[in-house]
Amino acid sequence: MRRILKYVILDIIKNKTVIAYTIMLSLFSWGTFALEDNASKSLLSLLNIVLLIVPLMSVLFATIYVYNSSEFIELLVSQPVKRSKIWNALFTGLSISLIIAYVAGVGVPLLLFSDTGTALIMIAAGSLLSAIFVAIAFLSSILTRDKAKGIGISIMLWLYFSLLFDGLVLFLFFQFSDYPIEKIVVVLSALSPVDLFRILVLLQLDISDMMGYAGAVFEKFFGNQWGLLISFSLLVLWIIVPFYLSLKKFKKQNL
Amino acid sequence: MFIHSNITRHLVFTSCLVCFIFLQSFSTVLYVGEKEQFSSIKKALAASKAGDTIIITRGTYKEGNIIIDKPVCLLGRDLPVLDGELKYEILSVKSDSVVIKGLQLQNSGRAAMNDPGAIKIYDASHIRIEDNRLQNNYFGIFLQYATHCIIRNNTIKASQKEEHQSGNGIHCWKSDSLQIIGNRIYGHRDGIYFEFVTHSVIWRNIAHFNLRYGLHFMFSHQNAYITNYFKGNGAGVAVMFTKKVIMINNTFEENWGDAAYGVLFKELSDCYLSGNRFYRNTTGIFFDGSNRITAEHNTFQANGWGMRIQANCMDNKISRNNFMGNIFDVATNGTLTLNEFSENYWDKYEGYDLNKDKTGDVPFHPLSLFSVIVERNPPAMLLYRSFMVSLMDKSEKILPSLTPETFVDKKPHMVPYDI
Repeated sequence: MRRILKYVILDIIKNKTVIAYTIMLSLFSWGTFALEDNASKSLLSLLNIVLLIVPLMSVLFATIYVYNSSEFIELLVSQPVKRSKIWNALFTGLSISLIIAYVAGVGVPLLLFSDTGTALIMIAAGSLLSAIFVAIAFLSSILTRDKAKGIGISIMLWLYFSLLFDGLVLFLFFQFSDYPIEKIVVVLSALSPVDLFRILVLLQLDISDMMGYAGAVFEKFFGNQWGLLISFSLLVLWIIVPFYLSLKKFKKQNL
Repeated sequence: MFIHSNITRHLVFTSCLVCFIFLQSFSTVLYVGEKEQFSSIKKALAASKAGDTIIITRGTYKEGNIIIDKPVCLLGRDLPVLDGELKYEILSVKSDSVVIKGLQLQNSGRAAMNDPGAIKIYDASHIRIEDNRLQNNYFGIFLQYATHCIIRNNTIKASQKEEHQSGNGIHCWKSDSLQIIGNRIYGHRDGIYFEFVTHSVIWRNIAHFNLRYGLHFMFSHQNAYITNYFKGNGAGVAVMFTKKVIMINNTFEENWGDAAYGVLFKELSDCYLSGNRFYRNTTGIFFDGSNRITAEHNTFQANGWGMRIQANCMDNKISRNNFMGNIFDVATNGTLTLNEFSENYWDKYEGYDLNKDKTGDVPFHPLSLFSVIVERNPPAMLLYRSFMVSLMDKSEKILPSLTPETFVDKKPHMVPYDI
């Protein structure tokens, strides 16, 4: 497995897309921190960019990569290696390289310009977010053998998590505004990794005081050590579940 | 004839002066202390007469409740300590023209029935309370039916944890023509509390980290608040049911919390605010039922809401202010807008200025769609900074449909005002 991992990582590092991605991320982050004199404001702008670009890039790149290396996978399957090892190595290699790109691009300026606690949370959560969308990409690319369809599914999933889900939540807010739905919403927000990430960072910025009762519920749930632990384990769960599903399918798949 | 009248005038003046000096020589100085003429303040007070000066030297005095019922001057030398042993009101002033200066007053009694204070003034005028240090009292300085009093340069500190265990730092009730200058109030329930206080000046005070409000007043008309500093109070500053208030050059800072406001205006009218700074509050100013208020040259920076104007407010003029780095610059809970915004600087303004007169050529709608949504449905704040919300805000900016059309600044300023 280690040898496959090495091949995958070397291959991706040679890939110009990831390098361009790293450079773009670092340009954005250095740019926002340099242009804005208010550190918390630039943190929010950066949050916006990260929330949009990191999932999109991770999901697209991973989907395309998996499809492009189908011949490599077929070759490996013909060798005496376990299928799960191949799939694991592929996933780990892709995640690690995308996480490295994220940490190099966004993490370094974050650590330099904003306070350490917020920076660490944003780095950790962003890295997890990269891995989550790689896992989602694995799932969508195993669902269909057609490359165009697979990419389509990936984009749809990305659109759902970054845009449609929030619209749905807002819709629920208005439909059920007469009922005490605060606690349900807390649970609901865990259903989208993008939202979870955003809320984790927002809690660092004292936004909860502006939400009235819901904010208090929220602060109570996510604001303490346990909440942090729970939300991070939820993020990890978001990696494990799609990947496990894809792995199960890959093991049985007729390639 | 002319010279003659001049001489008479001189004579009258001189004789008055002589009389004055003569009277002065009658007033004596009494010393209180271990090795002094009087061993206790009460004894010195009993021996004194109107116009005397009592100098209290260094030491700790535990004399229970001391009642000052004649116009004397109480001076502390090297900060003597008057201790109320958590049982007594320390100084009760029941005469006009009393001076209390340079004392440390600590541990006043605690009682919700008669509200004991470190210094309490009953029905008196022309009192001066200066340079005292008040520590761990229930009420700090309590004035009732007091007029023409000066409270200056006192340090007032308390350390109670709960609101109901604590009184107010400076508490004034049914008073008139007060000057409250240069005091520091920390850790009381309300820093400065006024009820039915009129024609007073509150200048250069610092009220910080009080349990409830930094400043709290009701029915207190025609007062001026100048260059005060309110920071980190439990619920900020709340002022209610008052007319004709002037607030100039005050700072309201770090009042962050669900029910905390930089300033809460409830049923205020005909007020003037200028040069105030609102920094890092959940809400900079909250207007509720407030009319005819002029707010100009104020700075609203890094607040959750710069300003929230309820729909029951009218004829307020908000002009030439700076709105910078707030999450929401303004919010309102209705569609009817009866207030006027003009010539403010908004950092969220994206218009242009072709003729370079520093006034933007396109009107600015300070009310964002998201702020309208959050006002109707506070939990929606959960979606703050989500991509969808930014998208909605942008489309609303281009084609306003849900935000009231009349909520507009027609002449937004392009650069921040130098305030």
